[in-house]
Amino acid sequence: MDNFVVRMQDVSYAYEQKDVLTNINFSIPQGAFMGLIGPNGGGKTTLIKLLLGLINPDKGSIELLQQPRDKFKDWNKIGFVSQKANSFNKGFPATVYEVVSMGLTAKVGYLKFFNKTHKEKILSTIDQVGMLDYAYENIGNLSGGQQQRVFIARSLVNNPELLILDEPTVGVDYENVQRFYEMLHRLNTQYGITLLLVTHDTGTMTEHATEIACLNTTLHFHGKPEEYKSLTDIDLSKLYGHPVNLVTHDH
Amino acid sequence: MLADFFEYDFLRHTFLTGLLIGIIAPLLGTFIVVRRLSLLADALSHVTLAGIAFGLFLDKKFAVGITPLYGGMAFSVLGSIFIEKLRGVYHAYQELAIPIILSGGVGLSLIFISLADGFNTELFNYLFGSVSAVSKQDFLSIAGIAIFIVIIITLFYKELVTLSFDEEHAKVSGIHAKRIHLLFIVLTALVIAASIRIVGVLLVSALMTLPVAASMRLARGFKQMMFLSIVFGELAVIIGLISGYYLSIPPGGTIVMVSIIILLLSIALKRITWKPGKVREA
Repeated sequence: MDNFVVRMQDVSYAYEQKDVLTNINFSIPQGAFMGLIGPNGGGKTTLIKLLLGLINPDKGSIELLQQPRDKFKDWNKIGFVSQKANSFNKGFPATVYEVVSMGLTAKVGYLKFFNKTHKEKILSTIDQVGMLDYAYENIGNLSGGQQQRVFIARSLVNNPELLILDEPTVGVDYENVQRFYEMLHRLNTQYGITLLLVTHDTGTMTEHATEIACLNTTLHFHGKPEEYKSLTDIDLSKLYGHPVNLVTHDH
Repeated sequence: MLADFFEYDFLRHTFLTGLLIGIIAPLLGTFIVVRRLSLLADALSHVTLAGIAFGLFLDKKFAVGITPLYGGMAFSVLGSIFIEKLRGVYHAYQELAIPIILSGGVGLSLIFISLADGFNTELFNYLFGSVSAVSKQDFLSIAGIAIFIVIIITLFYKELVTLSFDEEHAKVSGIHAKRIHLLFIVLTALVIAASIRIVGVLLVSALMTLPVAASMRLARGFKQMMFLSIVFGELAVIIGLISGYYLSIPPGGTIVMVSIIILLLSIALKRITWKPGKVREA
């Protein structure tokens, strides 16, 4: 039997009597690079909040790392890089090292201090996302793409099994988006971290993801990128509820 | 020039107390500034005034000897807890808690001051600070508070920084945001009550925020900013206290003016050393 990192069964969630998610059956196998796409208001962020335990489903069950979410304790095995990460307070005078160390705060625990092992782990994680040259720079002085790497390192420092990224490439220019995806690809293949990436950027995503899911209140599609690419404009219009022009990226 | 400060007991106590608040005010101030709560210190200092006025009133009318320091501290801590409750009530307008508490503090102060038969020199000292108001008892209490604050901040440093930088991330990773925040705000209340003897109600928030504003321009990283703020805070207190004493000006005024000069110098220094085009894309 396959190992699932996430399994949602028959999950529904409504907000102020409006259905946001209806009967979602969704799972992420271990080691996958899952791209989750869909229109604004389609429930992508809600799905993440459900996974992270920030809100509770109206019905259905959610499992994380084969455990029911309600009893799940290993939160540091799930990393989350939010959309808000790139709208943080830019003036905050923290170095890259300090920001990444914050990822360990909860794990180290109250009334305890960072030891040598923690410090080495922080530096090696910064290296992992290619930011070692900037370890003692203030995060506010870095570009959007570099900041996003730092926030990923803040999650990675806990050795997560699943990394959830919500629109991580908003505000990052095209060339750096490519490098960003290359880094994600490396995390996925070399370090075996399961990725769940939520994005609008379907073009770049289909080149790197191993699975694609489309969400618009219900789950409209779940399969391989090749199958997704073979969807016709009519299928996509159904998903988005209006005619779509697929933007293709040529290299 | 410093001779008087070592010769007279009351000056020595003032000076040592000044050195202590030069540490703890910018220490807490660093967190206050990065969390955009600079006005919180002002609100709490006015509540502290109400506590002091209450102490003076009890003393005058009923000869109940509550040290104004403790009266102020009690009000300040209660006020800080009340602010937290109000921030919960007005979730979308959290800054509303500050004018509510600030005006409440001033209102209460006025009532107690009138009941205690009006304005006097002692009260003036509390408003603007004084070089001669610190007793040995006050000094010992403030030293105890300072040690307590430094220990608590050291123990909870990583949680406080994590929470200040990104509250959502901190909560998701399992840090008890509410409890840590309450702890922080109570510490702030204690620092304010302890600092008022020297810098006064009206200017205490300046000693918490101006050194931080200056070091923010220069520091690399949070820890460095914190140490630099304390250096600037100490400079302001030492120069401010000595000049205040020799010029017969309440030290609150001189300390704040020294802080502002340091701030202007740090801005000028940054202008000179700033190099554009340093940021490269990875």
